[in-house]
Amino acid sequence: MLGNGKRDAASAGSRAVQVAFLVGLLLLWYVATNYWGVSHLLLPEPVQVFWQFVDIIKTGEYIDDLKVTLGELATAFAVSCTTGVTLGYLISRSQYLIRVFEPLFAGIYAIPIILFLPLYVLMFGLGPMSKVALGTTISFFPIVLSTIAGFGYVERTYIVSARSMGASEYQLFRYVLLPAALPVILTGMRMGFTVALLSIIGSETIASLAGLGHRIVHLAEGMDMARMFAYIAFVVAIAAILNTVVSSLEAGGRRR
Amino acid sequence: MTGEVAIRVRDVSHHFGEEDDARHVRALLDTSIDVARGELLCLIGPSGCGKSTLLNVVGGLLEPTTGTVEVAGKPVRGPMPADIAYVFQENALFPWNTVFENVMLGMLFQGVPKAERDDRARRSLEAVGLAEFSDHYPAQLSGGMRQRAALARALSLETGILLMDEPFGALDEQTRMILGEDLSVLLSRTDKAIVFVTHSLGEAVFLADRVAVFSARPGTIKQVISVDEPHPRNPEFVTSAKFTALRNQLYSLLHDEIRKAMSESAMRGGAGHRGSVAGDSA
Ligand SMILES: Nc1ncnc2c1ncn2[C@@H]1O[C@H](COP(=O)(O)OP(=O)(O)O)[C@@H](O)[C@H]1O
Ligand SMILES: [Mg+2]
Repeated sequence: MLGNGKRDAASAGSRAVQVAFLVGLLLLWYVATNYWGVSHLLLPEPVQVFWQFVDIIKTGEYIDDLKVTLGELATAFAVSCTTGVTLGYLISRSQYLIRVFEPLFAGIYAIPIILFLPLYVLMFGLGPMSKVALGTTISFFPIVLSTIAGFGYVERTYIVSARSMGASEYQLFRYVLLPAALPVILTGMRMGFTVALLSIIGSETIASLAGLGHRIVHLAEGMDMARMFAYIAFVVAIAAILNTVVSSLEAGGRRR
Repeated sequence: MTGEVAIRVRDVSHHFGEEDDARHVRALLDTSIDVARGELLCLIGPSGCGKSTLLNVVGGLLEPTTGTVEVAGKPVRGPMPADIAYVFQENALFPWNTVFENVMLGMLFQGVPKAERDDRARRSLEAVGLAEFSDHYPAQLSGGMRQRAALARALSLETGILLMDEPFGALDEQTRMILGEDLSVLLSRTDKAIVFVTHSLGEAVFLADRVAVFSARPGTIKQVISVDEPHPRNPEFVTSAKFTALRNQLYSLLHDEIRKAMSESAMRGGAGHRGSVAGDSA
């Protein structure tokens, strides 16, 4: 309330620096490729990349790959949310289960799960299923861990006072446990979403038949650098949009 | 205070943990007391002597190891939301709800018909002077205002009994004084039976009709002192000779017990146990 004006000004200030930084980077890119003789095979010229980008959008060529990637992402995220939240809730009901599973999941979360990709490709083939499996595995852990933390460490006084006022089991869940846990769970879901997106696109570049990651590698192998860079820019834009949407959903859920 | 008995505590003992466990604690020993309607009983004693334990046994949040508690003529076997409301030391308001919603929720849990809730919430917030802050979230209020809101929620439940576990314990001295005065005024208008845990001698004398002094652990009521002074008590009472005499009497009673409690916990190797009983942090 009090410092809002100041804070807005400060955030506008840092926004300006961020934009200036990106513009500077673009400028550097332009100068390096046009005047300093950096090979266009390593680094394509930005104006060319821009026209390739326009072409990709205009022809709608991206649609099939985008559908594949988003389909994989949506499936993986839906599965990991459902299983992660359900399992996390059940585990959080018992101090014993929390003691057993929380360190276990935290331990597995810390290993590079991308190592499972070859296994998943053997099991599910090169199609979307192996990417879905990997994205699910990777995003499951932040979601289940945050659900355990959210439900498992609710301030005891909230529960005791609700009980003393006669809250039923359902009312306790609906009006106390859920609102107490929700912000933590939503944060876990946002983290899960981010790692699912990263791992799915990443694994498409390693072993796949279609998808945006696949397209980028395909162009790289054909030395079509300008178009490849345009696709990278496209993926960055998609990721930025998705992350913004998810973050604002999270913020909205927190406020509720 | 000649009203009928609202709370009847008979030979109540409570142990935490199993008999042969290292963490076994005899928190409360053979305690008996009655609280009449319209009476405010303060519990005071060294920290860890079982005041919260007694309160939680009365409220049905803890089952006593032995002994019985009756409330409004019925044996206590669990929470009795229709008869008993609580005010905890802190953190009892839900931070994701506004003050108004918090009060409404209490009545929803208790089962108050929907049509009545709105009106009762408004009236109780009015009574504690928080009407203007209905739409604030707890985090936007001072500690004193949060405790007023918790009190409003308890009042809105219109129970015959109010249990308050160091409700002003986390507040500074001035805020605590003002809240005490306001509480005295509020209570003079009701005929609730109130049990109020405090570690402030002045607060006990100022608010109570009777003060029960606990002995060191295993706690039991060592002596009960009457404060014969009508409610609402005005601030001048604090400066009266009577107040000072009662306060001094309490001080000397407590002093010995606190010494005992300290030397016992020193023997046990310092900090002693920290209970996890509801709302207790002292
Ligand atoms: N849940 C619990 N488990 C084990 N010991 C407890 C528990 N709650 C309280 N105690 C112990 O019982 C004793 C009495 O606690 P309490 O009634 O909270 O004291 P007070 O409110 O008078 O400070 C303390 O020694 C405390 O450590
Ligand atoms: Mg206590």
